[in-house]
Amino acid sequence: MSMPFYVAPEQVIKDKADYARKGIARGRSVIVLEYADGVLFVAENPSRALHKISEIYDRIGFAAVGKYNEFENLRVAGVRLADMRGYSYDRRDVSGRSIANAYAQTLGTIFTEMPKPYEVEIVVAEIGDDSSEDQLYRLTFDGSVADEQGYVAMGGQAESITSALEAQWQAGMSLEDALKLAVRLLGEFGAEAARTLEPAALEVAVLDRNRPRRTFARINGGRLDALLA
Amino acid sequence: MLPAAYLRSGSPSFADFLADLAPDLLSARLLLNAAVDSSTLAPHGTTIVALRGSFGAIMAGDRRATMGNVISQRDIEKVFQADEHSTIGIAGAAGIAVELVRLFQVELEHYEKIEGMQLSLDGKANRLSALLRGNLGMAMQGLAVVPMFAGYDLDRERGRIFSYDITGGRYEEHDYHAVGSGGFFAKNSMKKMYRENMTAEQAIMVALEALYDAADDDSATGGPDLARGIFPVIAVNDAAGVRLLHEDELTAYVTTIVQARQRRPDGPLVPMEESQ
Repeated sequence: MSMPFYVAPEQVIKDKADYARKGIARGRSVIVLEYADGVLFVAENPSRALHKISEIYDRIGFAAVGKYNEFENLRVAGVRLADMRGYSYDRRDVSGRSIANAYAQTLGTIFTEMPKPYEVEIVVAEIGDDSSEDQLYRLTFDGSVADEQGYVAMGGQAESITSALEAQWQAGMSLEDALKLAVRLLGEFGAEAARTLEPAALEVAVLDRNRPRRTFARINGGRLDALLA
Repeated sequence: MLPAAYLRSGSPSFADFLADLAPDLLSARLLLNAAVDSSTLAPHGTTIVALRGSFGAIMAGDRRATMGNVISQRDIEKVFQADEHSTIGIAGAAGIAVELVRLFQVELEHYEKIEGMQLSLDGKANRLSALLRGNLGMAMQGLAVVPMFAGYDLDRERGRIFSYDITGGRYEEHDYHAVGSGGFFAKNSMKKMYRENMTAEQAIMVALEALYDAADDDSATGGPDLARGIFPVIAVNDAAGVRLLHEDELTAYVTTIVQARQRRPDGPLVPMEESQ
């Protein structure tokens, strides 16, 4: 009878993490950043149907990079969790923190117990009555959660974009300025050579605190053209 | 970790999800043990009217809830925005009806979020049938809910109205319809005043007159309460979405009607056509 090779747990964890990181790094980037009226999501995504950004609840949005079927699964679970909470208690009792916690638990369990980890990175954003109450939760493949201030970049070029955002992002930016900054950085770092991203190659949405009740809105068509002009 | 039900791929219906995971939250699935008529035990909402016009469709409801011969609430709301392009009004057992509306609202929003697009107006009307069918057991014991659904059909570019029976049967109404205890009076009133292709303002006046006529003859329907400033709820569904009338706007319409009724208590005189 042959004995299986012994592999140190440290090695197993490291292999899984490397595998997940590689998968995530292959994809195009997504930027989530706070602006004066809420949170702006910008993704390089030529598809009109397979979204990387979506609505979870009244004040909560979702953005993801990595493997589509895996983050789509989590997105649907988040919508179900939020609607279930809101229906059994009240709409105000649904918080971004509880959604982020549920994702963290799920990703953590999958990472340790399943042979293949999820190759995803997720941001759960929540807006409050003013910008001091806005929250960005960043979740990675192993279930770690980080509470980010101001901006998050995920995907292939996350590190270069994050350091550029560190220098160029400011609190209280207008929607137009924030959008132009995000689109410029996605174009600058997204490929080997810098390029200008056309509106058709972008998926853009906001959580806008000036909107009544459901604050999530997609920005496309004429409005996107006008903002980028 | 999230329970497996959350991560399962499948139905975009919230009601189905709820029935699987937490059936106790579906009031409609409760069944009373005693075979008694419970109709006087809980508040009942009364009259709802809806009519179509060139702009789309409007829905209006009075504000009274009754429990037997007692007025249990003077300012209950029975007309609600279902989503961005549709409105639901309810008559019948108020507690169950309000819960049904809440479930229906979440059902529509849930579908929209999961699928990334809105249901068609027919799809929404059919979902309401399905939800209503779940309440049949309670309806048989006197806790019936009779909703009405109206909205702007973005594909056909016109307003549409759907009525229902307690078994979930769904019927499209082409001009106007009324449900609830004062529904007969309101419908007869609209029968005389309805014109095709009315503007929103005209349709609002016809709806308010119909509710006034219902309140005139049905004790369970509340008329406009000028002393307390309680007026019917009116929702306008047009291409731009749903708009619930503000109190100031309503006050102007109601004042016009009440003043006209002081001169002619039975309401406007419908002109008689010359017979051939």
